[in-house]
Amino acid sequence: MLRQIEGSRAVAESVALCRPEVICAYPISPQTHIVEGLGELVKSGTLAPCEFINVESEFAAMSVAIGASAAGARSYTATASQGLLFMAEAVYNASGLGLPIVMTVANRAIGAPINIWNDHSDSMSQRDCGWIQLFAAHNQEALDLHIQAFKLGEELSMPVMVCMDGFILTHAYERVDMPTQAQVDGFLPPYEPRQVLDVNEPVSIGAMVGPEAFMEVRYLAHAKQLLALDRIPQIAAEFEQRFGRNTGGLVRGYHLDDAETVVVALGSVLGTLRETVEELRAQSGLKIGVLGITSFRPFPLAAVRAALQGAQRVVVLEKSFSVGLGGVVSTDVRLALSGLSLRGYTVVAGLGGRAITRASLARMLHEAAADKLPPLSFLDLDVRIVERQLQREAATRRSGPIAENLLRDLGTVASKVS
Amino acid sequence: MLQIRIHGRGGQGVVSAAEMLSIAAFEQGRHAQAFPSFGSERTGAPVVAFCRIDDSDIRLREPILQPDVLIVQDPTLLYQVDVFQGLKPDGYVLINSKRSFGQLGLAEIAQRHRSERLATVPATDIALRHLGRPLPNAVLLGGFAALSGLITLPAVEHAIQAKFSGRVAEGNVAAAAEAFDFVKREMEELARA
Repeated sequence: MLRQIEGSRAVAESVALCRPEVICAYPISPQTHIVEGLGELVKSGTLAPCEFINVESEFAAMSVAIGASAAGARSYTATASQGLLFMAEAVYNASGLGLPIVMTVANRAIGAPINIWNDHSDSMSQRDCGWIQLFAAHNQEALDLHIQAFKLGEELSMPVMVCMDGFILTHAYERVDMPTQAQVDGFLPPYEPRQVLDVNEPVSIGAMVGPEAFMEVRYLAHAKQLLALDRIPQIAAEFEQRFGRNTGGLVRGYHLDDAETVVVALGSVLGTLRETVEELRAQSGLKIGVLGITSFRPFPLAAVRAALQGAQRVVVLEKSFSVGLGGVVSTDVRLALSGLSLRGYTVVAGLGGRAITRASLARMLHEAAADKLPPLSFLDLDVRIVERQLQREAATRRSGPIAENLLRDLGTVASKVS
Repeated sequence: MLQIRIHGRGGQGVVSAAEMLSIAAFEQGRHAQAFPSFGSERTGAPVVAFCRIDDSDIRLREPILQPDVLIVQDPTLLYQVDVFQGLKPDGYVLINSKRSFGQLGLAEIAQRHRSERLATVPATDIALRHLGRPLPNAVLLGGFAALSGLITLPAVEHAIQAKFSGRVAEGNVAAAAEAFDFVKREMEELARA
């Protein structure tokens, strides 16, 4: 049924259709509306049986999800930003124990300086934790990916993060097609745990493993992620057959056939990118394509290579930044391109909620197509205030806290339109 | 694509207005996207929300920099924020005020735009009468329906009922209808003048 609702509401209702039995909730923007929505559905009896547990921290949220999942319950939680960092130890445990928890990460920057706006720093900080990480490009995809995530995670017995851009998607009202309970029930069978804590057949979970087998256990986690590389597109195809929508999968290409330049990106910026690229193709004849990565973990090396090998250059546009190196996604894309002689550019954009506009993207893509971009650049970086701070630091040892200095240089921002 | 920017202050329902506008457009079978200028949820602080309406899927996610429509929920913002930034020459402007564009010191803006697309409506007064609270957001949507004809009053009423229930919904529906009539009369007077 077509509805005009907030992205968070769409995800809450979609998760509810998956019949989770335990939901652990701890509020943090921009994720809060999702668990609030689920709380309402549990309280009203729409989602039953389900235990909605208000925990005391994100660390508790993931720990309770681990316990619930180990006891055989379909378990869900959601978080963002510092919340994800605070639960990090338990995040690794969930995957190490092979528990198919599904978690929404409403992507948000990480402080300091404190910032509640969107970028991908939170999810990227956990890219090596053994969870599958799927990125939604729009709210319909966010809704659909949760249904696919439960199926994928439970088949392979591993946890799945569904990453959606905080505010840009979570707080956007747009049209979504909400499936029926019967449709979801037909697609997602009841949870059949691979391992379960049962008082009648006692086992212990979480053994200490020494050097004799630790590497093998870790290798098996990798082997499972490689299995996921096959299952993710199969599940997306099965989903399309039942629901009539082509969402999910490993990667998604636009105008790749004749593209000399391909822009690689994740998440909601793909929409603005596609608009920009279509304008540039129409107005300037620039042969630019776009490659969206939906599955960041497992990273689809072969699919990325296949999509990019016909191009002359690749621009990785990323909302994350490895300080001291540059791109996070770029490193993985380069690995996919080993041995190919493509020119590669990393463009860091949208950090801390900086708007990514068509105008800035078009300017950057013109430079890229002419090979005038530096290997690493920052879209719309305000060089003026950066230079001023550098001069201040060079002149005075005690030049004051950086964030406060920059804000003072900028003056009031409340009067800015965007 | 029709792009609407709504300016107001935290607590005035700026974000809800954009959301309701998107629901009204959806009700009329159109695609719509509403989103806030994220994060400024402090009561009284300047807040901006956006709505795009189109006949096909909307993929663009940038803030609205060149609006076709401006709705200003709080006239004190006129002297603090450059609300007219990027407004298209043939754009619509609806301001919550008892005063005219000239009286608000906006004669210059009025000269540069089409007079039949500019209106003020005392939305706070209308809201106080119907709701007992100075919440001008839904009221202005009624006024916008009259000013532009781009959404219908029944679609606005549907959106109000989707967002609110009970007496709040009833009061807002009545207030939106009054604002609709007020702006309609204004337009008729302008046409005769």
